[in-house]
Amino acid sequence: MIEVKNLIKNYGEGDVVTRVLRGIDLSIPAGQFVAIMGKSGAGKSTLMYQMSLLDQPTSGSVILDNVVTDGFDEKKRTTFRLKKLGYIFQDYALLPELNAVENVEVPLLMLGLTNAEAREKASRGLEAVGLGHRLHNRPSQLSGGEQQRVSIARAIAQKPDILFADEPTASLDSVSSEDVIKVMRDLHAKGQTIVMVTHEPEYAAFAERVITLEDGQVVSDKLQTAKGM
Amino acid sequence: MFKDTLRVGFMLGWKQIRHASKWTTGLIIFIMMLTFLNLVAVSGILVGLIEGSVKTYEDQFTGNVFITTPTGEKSIEQSPSLISTIETIPGIASYTARYTGGVTVEANYRERRDPKALRDTVGTTIVGLDPMIEDEVTNLSKNIVEGEFLTNQDGGYVMLGANLLEQYSPLGQGDDVGYPTLSNIKPGSRVRITVGDATKEYIVKGILKTKVDEISRRVFVTKGEFVRIAGRTDLNLNEIAIRAEEGYDPALIKRDLVESGAKDIAVVRLSREGLPQFLLDMIDTFAMLGNGISSVGLIVSSITIFIVIFVNAITRRKYIGILKGIGVSASAIELSYVIQSLLYVAVGSAIALFLIYGVMVPFFNAHPINFPFSDGILVAPLSGTIKKLVILVIATLLAGYIPARMIVKRNTLDAILGR
Ligand SMILES: Nc1ncnc2c1ncn2[C@@H]1O[C@H](COP(=O)(O)OP(=O)(O)O)[C@@H](O)[C@H]1O
Ligand SMILES: [Mg+2]
Repeated sequence: MIEVKNLIKNYGEGDVVTRVLRGIDLSIPAGQFVAIMGKSGAGKSTLMYQMSLLDQPTSGSVILDNVVTDGFDEKKRTTFRLKKLGYIFQDYALLPELNAVENVEVPLLMLGLTNAEAREKASRGLEAVGLGHRLHNRPSQLSGGEQQRVSIARAIAQKPDILFADEPTASLDSVSSEDVIKVMRDLHAKGQTIVMVTHEPEYAAFAERVITLEDGQVVSDKLQTAKGM
Repeated sequence: MFKDTLRVGFMLGWKQIRHASKWTTGLIIFIMMLTFLNLVAVSGILVGLIEGSVKTYEDQFTGNVFITTPTGEKSIEQSPSLISTIETIPGIASYTARYTGGVTVEANYRERRDPKALRDTVGTTIVGLDPMIEDEVTNLSKNIVEGEFLTNQDGGYVMLGANLLEQYSPLGQGDDVGYPTLSNIKPGSRVRITVGDATKEYIVKGILKTKVDEISRRVFVTKGEFVRIAGRTDLNLNEIAIRAEEGYDPALIKRDLVESGAKDIAVVRLSREGLPQFLLDMIDTFAMLGNGISSVGLIVSSITIFIVIFVNAITRRKYIGILKGIGVSASAIELSYVIQSLLYVAVGSAIALFLIYGVMVPFFNAHPINFPFSDGILVAPLSGTIKKLVILVIATLLAGYIPARMIVKRNTLDAILGR
């Protein structure tokens, strides 16, 4: 569950202040698949960073699973992300020295799983996104779509309460994009809460709610019937 | 959580090492090795120069504890009671008692046709000793360069220090060398020795050459001969060199001697206390110089590690951000860099340790550097080496940790987005 209250994010100070988020109020119940849309520069990524605790808002509240996260220090936010949140970046953000299964293992090891447990869990996660045959390939030996699926496997390995995905298909061709979206849809079907930024209406169609941002404000918020559900 | 931090830190550090350029890693390890060698060997050789001479001095002349005649006295009063005291003190492996006195030695007097010509004489110290016991304590027989070492039966024979002889004089040949020497002396030559009014002719038995000037400038006869020529009937000694048992602290022997009253009749010193001050100053100076040079090396290598880790971390800033982004703790990431620097110092110093103790120390012990005043060795006591290793490890860890910390501390999102 995500609650955002009067969220404001400004960059800079004084005369040159850029007001990126201008008071956003949102409530996303557990299990919902939300698509966030809007023009480039509308503030979508900035909103995602605030909700996923990667950044701190200028003012306002972010409440995740009934935990008020305002005023969390860096360490607390890191631990919270580890335990409760998954994040999928547009450019995959994999570690080049680690192979696919090792990339997925990192957060699991950090959570205290034994090496064997982590390996087992990471392998199953990769199989679930169709990469059972690529466990030991390094990111440079994988296609963009495969890398993004490794990134998804990493984000969901520890079963996060909320999965964030910021334009997960923007760097992919349409075939790979569809693979990724199918994974998202399957996750949602199992009850995963998902917040996904996308430019593509055909991918937003898989969500059950579409929120549109413009100039740092919510200009539309619609429920819809998710495609394929 | 701490255990997981360690585990993830190790894993990340290890993966980075494995995928780092072999050349860079090799080069850094090489630098660490040089640093450690520099840390240990430079001061070790500098100190070893002097230490070699101190050791020779101790081995061949004074022993670990040296008892001498007080200034102004002719000899050590009540020597027999001092000797009985020595016999009761624990920790003494052996000791040698010596009589000494001033003499004039003359050579080539038979060949001298012109009575007005300059006589070939030198003034020196004569030592009366028990050759067998002396050899047990000082191994002087190893330093015979011509002829043979004295035996107890050698009445009428003398052993000469090489520096008294023209052909061995360290200052060169001829009569203008600064101090007089005897010419044409070899084993079998005859010399005349004068003590006060008494003069006696001796046959040269052997020639002793060592780097201890006090020995190379003396002449040696048996105790019996000494008593005869010097007329020393009171049997009072002049010096006693005591060798401590292996591993026994000579300071304890000195303490026991002093407590038993030896101090009232003689001067009791540890070998080092008997050294001229300039030599002690030189040891300190060289050690300081060595440490100074090493410190510069230490700073240079710390900076090298610092730069390597800093550059490494800054080029990987995005990945550091991602790691934090997916929930890896800052300390695990910092640890991954500390582990890298730890590897550099571990491998580098392991190689250096091998070179020092496996190659250099044995080499210099077998082939001391031949200096005029000493046999230079490499002094690298294990305790000092460990201390230096600890310093190097700490310096390296800091040099790895600080830059990693600097980068890890930066804003996570900025790092991920590269802004
Ligand atoms: N660090 C920053 N400093 C100043 N302006 C920024 C910064 N980051 C983002 N912005 C501005 O905030 C606005 C929203 O950016 P962003 O959230 O990335 O948009 P979107 O993801 O919707 O394309 C943009 O106009 C961008 O220029
Ligand atoms: Mg964006």
